Amino acid sequence: MRHVISILLENETGALSRVAGLFSARGYNIKSLTVAPTDDPSLSRMTLVTHGEPQIIEQIIKQLNKLIDVVKVMDLPQGSYIVREMLLLKVASSSTDDCALIKRISDIFRARIIDVKKRTYTIELTGRSDKLDSFIEAFECQTVLEVVRSGAMGIARGNIALHL
Amino acid sequence: MKLTGAEIFIECLKAEGVDTIFGYPGGAVLYLYDELYKSADSVRHILARHEQGAIHAAEGYAKSTDKPGVAIVTSGPGATNAVTGIADAYMDSVPLVVFTGQVPRPLIGNDAFQEVDIVGITRPCVKHNFLVTEVEKLAETIKKAFHIATTGRPGPVLVDIPKDLTIDTTEFVYPDSINMRSYQPTVKGNKKQIKKAVDLILEAKQPVIYSGGGVISSGASKQLTALARRLHYPITNTLMGLGAYPATDKQFLGMLGMHGTYEANQSMHNVDILIAIGSRFDDRVTGNIEKFCPNARIIHIDIDPASISKNVSVDVPIVGDVKEVLNAIEIELDSRDDNIPDQAALEKWWQQIAVWRSKECLKYDQANDKEIKAQYVVEKLWEVTKGDAYVSSDVGQHQMWAAQFYKFDKPNRWLNSGGLGTMGFGLPAAMGAQVAHPEATVTCITGDGSIQMCIQELATCMQEGLPLKIINLNNGFLGMVRQWQEFFYQKRYSSVRMEKQVNPDFVKLAEAYGHVGMRIEKPEDVEAALKEAFAMTDRLVFMDFITKQEANVYPMIPAGAGLNEMILV
Repeated sequence: MRHVISILLENETGALSRVAGLFSARGYNIKSLTVAPTDDPSLSRMTLVTHGEPQIIEQIIKQLNKLIDVVKVMDLPQGSYIVREMLLLKVASSSTDDCALIKRISDIFRARIIDVKKRTYTIELTGRSDKLDSFIEAFECQTVLEVVRSGAMGIARGNIALHL
Repeated sequence: MKLTGAEIFIECLKAEGVDTIFGYPGGAVLYLYDELYKSADSVRHILARHEQGAIHAAEGYAKSTDKPGVAIVTSGPGATNAVTGIADAYMDSVPLVVFTGQVPRPLIGNDAFQEVDIVGITRPCVKHNFLVTEVEKLAETIKKAFHIATTGRPGPVLVDIPKDLTIDTTEFVYPDSINMRSYQPTVKGNKKQIKKAVDLILEAKQPVIYSGGGVISSGASKQLTALARRLHYPITNTLMGLGAYPATDKQFLGMLGMHGTYEANQSMHNVDILIAIGSRFDDRVTGNIEKFCPNARIIHIDIDPASISKNVSVDVPIVGDVKEVLNAIEIELDSRDDNIPDQAALEKWWQQIAVWRSKECLKYDQANDKEIKAQYVVEKLWEVTKGDAYVSSDVGQHQMWAAQFYKFDKPNRWLNSGGLGTMGFGLPAAMGAQVAHPEATVTCITGDGSIQMCIQELATCMQEGLPLKIINLNNGFLGMVRQWQEFFYQKRYSSVRMEKQVNPDFVKLAEAYGHVGMRIEKPEDVEAALKEAFAMTDRLVFMDFITKQEANVYPMIPAGAGLNEMILV
């Protein structure tokens, strides 16, 4: 089962590699990992997407908590969280037909074209990871030059909040 | 007053009450060593002959006391040589603070001479590590290092100090206490869980107490002994837990696991309520996990939440310091009117255990053998030292024989590498214990394979006047590997022979280092030789016992088998 784990960790050198190292050393799976400082500059917030049996997830949470740099960990409650990911996609456009198609697909997905050059379009899209997958698929017939994904960021719905 | 980084380092050690530091100097730690030189009266430096030896010695010091071990090594190879010892301490939860020198800050990342990213290298095998980047942070970092190493589940903490930082100056302030928002170990057990545990404990008809190294780390052997005696439950110890409960006591079933006793393992297999205390369900203990304790409900007390339900799922987990939790269980038992377990059931259970015991799974025959049996040497050693020595061991057959035949009645006496299984641990660990207890009898049980992995420390013993007694059980083989090759690889003895022709003459070797060497080849000489050696209280004596070559450690649980499927002799 897919789990989205949110982590608050000390914004210190090496903290990220402690988390990443834990996953590789213990053979846990990482589907995606994002990290950036929070409004409190001493803290970073990480979203980690993984999947595994309940006892594996329990072990992951315990092992994360054991890391000295980890301040708080939350397994986002199933069915009650929001996940967003950002995609930057660069496609080639060699004809006016191409341009129209790119524009149309972007509109359907409510994506934004953020850069247009003679032979390329760069598009930005934010949404659930599966939406991003579908968007990339929609360009199957086009020449996709680059795909940049941020990895998932998660937050729990309602009153549940991960803070100090 | 402003102090240099190096002076601050020394002041921190003094503030932490460090009386001994094990180490090896080098370029990156020259300023630190200069201060050690000036402070030799308050902090004794023990010069090992290899950094691995320094770390194991610090482990031996820590394991035989209730204090952390402290070590210092230089950057690059000094630091990488220390890694084995650090990993060993991590696996066995030994509180250590290890200082490594680092190249000056402007050179970090430039592949400078003797530069290595030791913080990166040791990340998976330390409880935590630090690279100190400013002299202003040095004192606080050292305070944190000691705090982390010695609290919660103990472990090694590494502090990497760049050379140029050790001559920078700042005001020295050593914090009285430290509070880390990200590190708050749970010490007291949850009250509800303790009640649940006591309910289960009192329900038991076929109970076993299975306790490990956590009892020793917590200093809870008194509490453990009191609980076991009060309930009159059988108790088994892990390899790491030996000594936490007196081994000569009737309730003691011996060690459990791969080379544990038949009665301990059979009891585990048939247990209905298992009380696991400061033990971690290691694979050498459980055997085949599918077959482990099939009918048991399990109570597990451990300071490390991650140890609970990691390998075996448990019914009543209690996170907390063993001593605190055992005290709370005692109080809970006292508070109940009906606090006596089912005596009739217990009586029957002890009768069953007596049947298993009657197999005498550890018996061996020395009387009809002209060659010395290792078991006999350990038994005689126990007699000669009145069971009261600090005993370190290396890793292999001799380690198992030591664990089986030296009956530890006290905690902190058995120094051994259980988790990592590090050959070369024994001699330096014994050194550390002897430094901590100058008047005590300290002995190292080793083999002709293991002893050669840190043999250089014989020089340290000479320099520091450490009168260890080394029991070399010399069978001319890497015995444990040979045993597996005999059992499971049709006796294809691949790279395990170390016979007379290739082994050094250990007597001459000991003498070359300035010690006393003895060779013992006949069973009838064993006891007298031991007595003679242990009478030389001011000298290191290296006793080379030429033992039976192809002897095996029994009983044994083969890989993949359950605890009830032991091979007896």
